[in-house]
Amino acid sequence: MSFIQTHLEKIDQYLNDHPKIKFLLPQVILIIFVLSIIFYFSFNASSNLSARGINTGFGFLSNKASFDIQFSLIEFNSSMTYGRAYLVGLLNTILVSVIGILFATILGFIFGILRLSSNPLASGLATTYIEFFRNVSLLLQLFFWYFTVLRLLPQADNSLVFFDTIYANIKGIYFPEFIWTNLSFLIYGLIFTFISIYFFNIYARRLRENSGKILPQFLISLGILIILPTLVIFMFGVGVEFSHPKLEVEMGIANYIGGSSIIPEFLALAFALSIYTSTFIAENVRAGILGIDKGQKEAAASIGLTNTQILRLVVIPQALRIIIPPTTNQYLNLTKNSSLAAAIAYPDIVLVFAGTALMQTGRAIEIVTITMLTYLTLSISISIFMNWYNKKVSLTER
Amino acid sequence: MKNIMKAIGSLSVLAFVLTACGDGGGAKKATSTLDTTKSQGFVKCGVSQGLPGFSNADASGNWTGIDVDVCRAVAAAVLGDANKVKYTPLSAKERFTALQAGEIDVLSRNTTWTLERDASIGLTFVGVNFYDGQGFMVRKATGIKSVNDFKSGVKVCTNTGTTTELNMADFFKSKGVQYEPVVFEKADEVVQAYDSGRCDTYTTDKSGLAAQRTKLSQPDDHVVLPETISKEPLGPVVRQGDAKWEDVVRWSLNVWIEAEEYGVNSGNIDSMKESKNPAIQRIVGAEGTKNGEALGLDNQWSYRIIKQIGNYGESYKKHIADTGILPDRGPNNLWTKGGILYVPPVR
Repeated sequence: MSFIQTHLEKIDQYLNDHPKIKFLLPQVILIIFVLSIIFYFSFNASSNLSARGINTGFGFLSNKASFDIQFSLIEFNSSMTYGRAYLVGLLNTILVSVIGILFATILGFIFGILRLSSNPLASGLATTYIEFFRNVSLLLQLFFWYFTVLRLLPQADNSLVFFDTIYANIKGIYFPEFIWTNLSFLIYGLIFTFISIYFFNIYARRLRENSGKILPQFLISLGILIILPTLVIFMFGVGVEFSHPKLEVEMGIANYIGGSSIIPEFLALAFALSIYTSTFIAENVRAGILGIDKGQKEAAASIGLTNTQILRLVVIPQALRIIIPPTTNQYLNLTKNSSLAAAIAYPDIVLVFAGTALMQTGRAIEIVTITMLTYLTLSISISIFMNWYNKKVSLTER
Repeated sequence: MKNIMKAIGSLSVLAFVLTACGDGGGAKKATSTLDTTKSQGFVKCGVSQGLPGFSNADASGNWTGIDVDVCRAVAAAVLGDANKVKYTPLSAKERFTALQAGEIDVLSRNTTWTLERDASIGLTFVGVNFYDGQGFMVRKATGIKSVNDFKSGVKVCTNTGTTTELNMADFFKSKGVQYEPVVFEKADEVVQAYDSGRCDTYTTDKSGLAAQRTKLSQPDDHVVLPETISKEPLGPVVRQGDAKWEDVVRWSLNVWIEAEEYGVNSGNIDSMKESKNPAIQRIVGAEGTKNGEALGLDNQWSYRIIKQIGNYGESYKKHIADTGILPDRGPNNLWTKGGILYVPPVR
């Protein structure tokens, strides 16, 4: 038995006698290992960067950006900072992700249920839709919507007109801007209305469970929804005016000025993301519904529930438990896929910050790190929210 | 026993990773790019993804253009053969990172020389091989004759990651015009968007506009406005801190331009060897001239550049004038002929 082996065995013996240390040792070694790698790489990067005369640091975020952004939810112009440009890009990414998730979910549920329909036309249509859009690369679909479909719109001086107020042309969709007076009162009023409806429904359910008395819940809720905001509008003088977009032709260039608009880049991206992701959600929905045992429906029918009640009270609550976890993944995918925006000039965080700002400052390491951390934060936020929702609908063990 | 083995295993992986990285980092600092280029036998050159006249690949992958000729000149000077160049096509966004990381050694990709780029990202501009300026292209049918005709609401298509984006922000701000920038990553997408009518005008360097106009569906329906809103001196870039390599690239560029000044071209260079003019003798590498040694090259370096590539005027004619991109040399003419092309003397 060699010298080393004897010592190793002694250490082994010691560890066996101290199970706590034996349990912690590998973890401590792993942490030291990971930390030293991180330290080594950051040290290496910073010494190489300074050796090559490359400026580093996050100070650039407060420098003047001196470029403009096509579309922003908050005010932005070229005299604002790179930090502000980051915020503009972030909000644009969130906007297209939220809209994308909303429509992907709606379309996903519709096509998922349609695919199970007994009507062969409906189920055939849904199957074609799902199989087509699921199996074509997302970037191609994006180009298809942007460079093919939206290019079919007419030029500005020849716009398609809807209801005399909405104009669609190759440069975007233009519609009247709402100019509110006392809007804040209306918002508070609406919040109060929704709280009232919520508590009324809780009250109505308690009443039904305790005394068996059934109130016309839906009608009363609708009544509250109409009466309360109307009262607020008249009491506080809430008003709205429309500012219509006007076609102006100056020096042979036709553009709509004023009003609100949606840029075609946003439309194309929202279309591509919602449609592509909806196909995966549709499959999740189908799996969820098929995953409910036939016996559940038969049992529900045997206690006299109607078909709508079976779907609403028995099938969907159980199907949701199967649908939500994989759908969370799709929401994450959609958010991350929104970075394809750069290909069609939608000013999301990748185009504005990891594109233009990176180029103008040359701070590749800092900007890519910030962008990666941003996507990480967005994804984790979605996960936390969906896990909370999943817990809420999951089976309560009693 | 198992735990110990695991620990030893992970420690040895750590040690291996650290030594492997250490070697890579250390080796780079010690050797100069000139020596590496000589030993690997080719010049690593970063070019555009296709800009006719400047750097453009034909169907069989041969690169041509006035930016490409800079790399060819360096290859002829250092390696004796203008064809020993490895081209890496780069987007505007990738170009500086590729040079910083050592993926390429010369960036010759219609890149504007600015203070920010020269001073803060670890790169050095060695000179100018094309004086450009930003312009606007519009549809002829609009009747726009000048950049002062643009009115608020105008939609402007351009590329991301360029000085163009900054210039147009300054320009429209100074004119008090509200504009909408539509910014794409690739030039082809800009052309497509402008062509379809998404934008009212397309802005980039004027040479770029002239080149991209040929890709439009009806090139004759479009016109480049006369005004130039910015200075865009385009030139080759190298990494900061390698003075030897920087000098080789700088003087390959300078001798290429100076040869035109003295009337030395690829056709007459052999007969020019008999010239009595000392300046010409230096360019053709006649007996007794020693300027190659100072650069770490042999004394025939400049002869090879002119013999294999020709002088600047030949390159301009071949790639930019004869292709119809910008037949008029304008500022890119020699200082002796009314242009601003003026290089320090090769002596």
